Amino acid sequence: MQSKKASKKKFQISKFTVYIVLVVVFIFFSIVLRDKGFMSSSNLLNVLRQTAMVSVMAVGGVFVLGAGQIDLTVGSNAAMSAMLASLTLQATNSIILALIVGIAFGIGVGAVNGLLVTKLKLPSFLATLGMMQVVRGAAMWITNTAAVPITNMRFNKIFGTGYIGPVSVLIIWTIVFYVVAFIVFNKTPFGRYTLATGGNEQAAGYSGIKVNKIKMLIFMISGALSAFAGIMYAGRMQSGRYSFGDGDEMSVIAAVVLGGAAMSGGTGSIIGAFAGSLLMGIISNALVLAGLSSAQQKLINGAIIIFAVALSNIVQKKKTN
Amino acid sequence: MLRNYVFMSQAHSIEMGEGMSQTVLKMEGINKSFGDAKVLKNVHFDLEYGEVHALVGGNGAGKSTLMKIMTGVYILDSGKIYVNGEETVISKPLDAKNKGIGMIFQELSLVQTLTVQENIFLGNEIVKNGFRDIAAMNKKTKEVLDKLGIEVDPDTVVSELSVGMSQMVEIAKAVSKDAKILVFDEPTAALSDSETERLFEMIQQLKKEGVSMVYISHRMNEILRIADRITILKDGEHVVTEEIKNMTLDKIVSYMMGGSSGGGHKFEWVERDYDENAPDVLTVEHLKINDKISDISFSLKPKEILGFAGLMGSGRTEIMETLFGLRQKQGGKVYLEGKEIEVKNTKQAVKEGFALIPEDRRKEGLVLMHSIAENGVLPILDRLTKHKVFLDQKRANQLVEENMKQLNIKAEGIHQEISLLSGGNQQKVVIAKWINSNPKVMMLDEPTAGVDIGAKGEIISIIREYADQGHGVLFVSSELAEMMAICDRIITIYDGKITGEISRRDLKTEEELQNAIQKSE
Repeated sequence: MQSKKASKKKFQISKFTVYIVLVVVFIFFSIVLRDKGFMSSSNLLNVLRQTAMVSVMAVGGVFVLGAGQIDLTVGSNAAMSAMLASLTLQATNSIILALIVGIAFGIGVGAVNGLLVTKLKLPSFLATLGMMQVVRGAAMWITNTAAVPITNMRFNKIFGTGYIGPVSVLIIWTIVFYVVAFIVFNKTPFGRYTLATGGNEQAAGYSGIKVNKIKMLIFMISGALSAFAGIMYAGRMQSGRYSFGDGDEMSVIAAVVLGGAAMSGGTGSIIGAFAGSLLMGIISNALVLAGLSSAQQKLINGAIIIFAVALSNIVQKKKTN
Repeated sequence: MLRNYVFMSQAHSIEMGEGMSQTVLKMEGINKSFGDAKVLKNVHFDLEYGEVHALVGGNGAGKSTLMKIMTGVYILDSGKIYVNGEETVISKPLDAKNKGIGMIFQELSLVQTLTVQENIFLGNEIVKNGFRDIAAMNKKTKEVLDKLGIEVDPDTVVSELSVGMSQMVEIAKAVSKDAKILVFDEPTAALSDSETERLFEMIQQLKKEGVSMVYISHRMNEILRIADRITILKDGEHVVTEEIKNMTLDKIVSYMMGGSSGGGHKFEWVERDYDENAPDVLTVEHLKINDKISDISFSLKPKEILGFAGLMGSGRTEIMETLFGLRQKQGGKVYLEGKEIEVKNTKQAVKEGFALIPEDRRKEGLVLMHSIAENGVLPILDRLTKHKVFLDQKRANQLVEENMKQLNIKAEGIHQEISLLSGGNQQKVVIAKWINSNPKVMMLDEPTAGVDIGAKGEIISIIREYADQGHGVLFVSSELAEMMAICDRIITIYDGKITGEISRRDLKTEEELQNAIQKSE
């Protein structure tokens, strides 16, 4: 009886780990960096703005990891979608068309990932590793690595540079996606099907759930959100560049795992992923303010990813014991 | 855990003359408990040089536990093991291996991606100057294979072999390590007839080589054919050890049941009231699943509990899986309430009104890391929505709360993680989840396996109640006492064919049913 209670408690602690770490890290930096303007509202909004793209991709990441899969294409998908959106703008100057082309491409990449996993039975790691290269290569190839400037200022304002009051549109978009995803993930059968598929694919199948359909859908959701993140990158930088989102796949995984998802699937939290991506944003921001070189920043970011996965494993081990 | 036992006899080195039977292995006073459950009570077992010794008993009799103690998978609580007359402590699989004891597993333990030769020498490679001596290993592999009459190229990758051939290779692997004692656990369950014949030839060959074998099987015909002696266990106790020539099928069955009919059965059969002339809820005509399992025809009335009795691998599970859309039928027709249906996948099966409580609740029945509430409504989430979109969490929770009360599921609350529940309570959650889907036909495959006796009784009443509400129930269990308790009618299956049908009313004893199952025609 006692051991049962103990493990239950630990499980709940694990759920809140990310929030506790977030608060502790926040307090730590606000003391250490109080002279460097860490606590200023403009800096804090800046953190939110900088993490917006990874945050949006992490929404898809919750579905993907929840279903026991992994998606490494998110970063390159964002880049290619941004390229396609900017080229569409260049050609037609139509914001709607640019949006449609960019997001349709993102969903297409997700669908290919899904087909590779469900039909050809590739492990998602390998399928998306390959697709990551294919898509990044395409993004470089399409303009021969040249950037595509966006002159449509309305597009830039709506998706990147604009503000509503003091709040960047990037933050608004992020909030919109998190609210919608929270509802879909927690309040619809689809959210449950996703976790059941990741928790025990066989049992989910025996319960009348079409697990392949679920896998297709989560990859397509991840693809759509990556594409939108790419459009946010494009708006913010007022151009399309092949290098957008380089390495974001790792940040996304780290954020989602920090947010309480297990690499093995079956768990995950939308709010947790937001906290996870925020945590990483705060840390990079603080490292910059502290005057660390980009080499040092990279090093510490890597350490955070290890910390995130180790934490998830330790908590899981305790749970199963 | 390990208690000290005062052991009085001094059974050191038993000197035996040439040609006389010689005991190679002896187990005495073996006790083993898991938690509060005593699974072996003072059991003894011995094995002579070059004999095939059958080990027989119902589910939970303790056969597997005894063999796992012998092969070092489990550690005994008390008792002694002698190998060649010498007292031996076997506390891990390596100890058993070093003593020449090998086990042929039901799930084969070969590495699928390696070749036959690599598997045979895995962990035991011949090394020359720090490198694997492939030529020497190939030569030795050939020798072993030739000796056993196995025709396979040592360079074949194991995944390319048939199940039967894999098993032969597994045996060769054990023999190559100079195993003097081999344990076979249901070796023919996955074999075709001709493969079974080949296995028997090999067993004869091994006998000549002086290998002693323990043969676990539910198939009495095989045992009567190839065993020299038989030991029967029941409920963790030794019942009898006898020369096979003094045994008959009836005798074995009667020993398995505990000497007399009806002894020790906790569940009483109650004649249930249902209309035998009502229209069928389910009609199956000439269902063909594969080349082995075919021409399956039966019907099910509302309120009726119909049992499928047969040995492991007889096809009982496959029939249910096919009705549930997990397998595609190759022929035949299925009617639900008189309407012909084609079930393509499980989702459709659930929609049509089927439910399957699968054999392996941990793998197939539950998402262990999720809560009771989440598991309890998984199949019916799409029916528990507001405006067809949002989950009605309140209604879902209420439903599971009710389930917990009605089915007497013991847990801290609906949000407790499933993995923390006992087997019986886990199984009740699986049943709850399917009762919630309100199926017309509920199929249960070994619903009480690994469940304690109290929960077993409860599960049986839950099933009866569900049938009483006007639903059809298909029931499969290896525990005949249970089938006797719950079924109104029993269909016997042997090797994929229906061999008979018995009304429960006409069935006097468990022996009759056991005999019916063993008959191939």
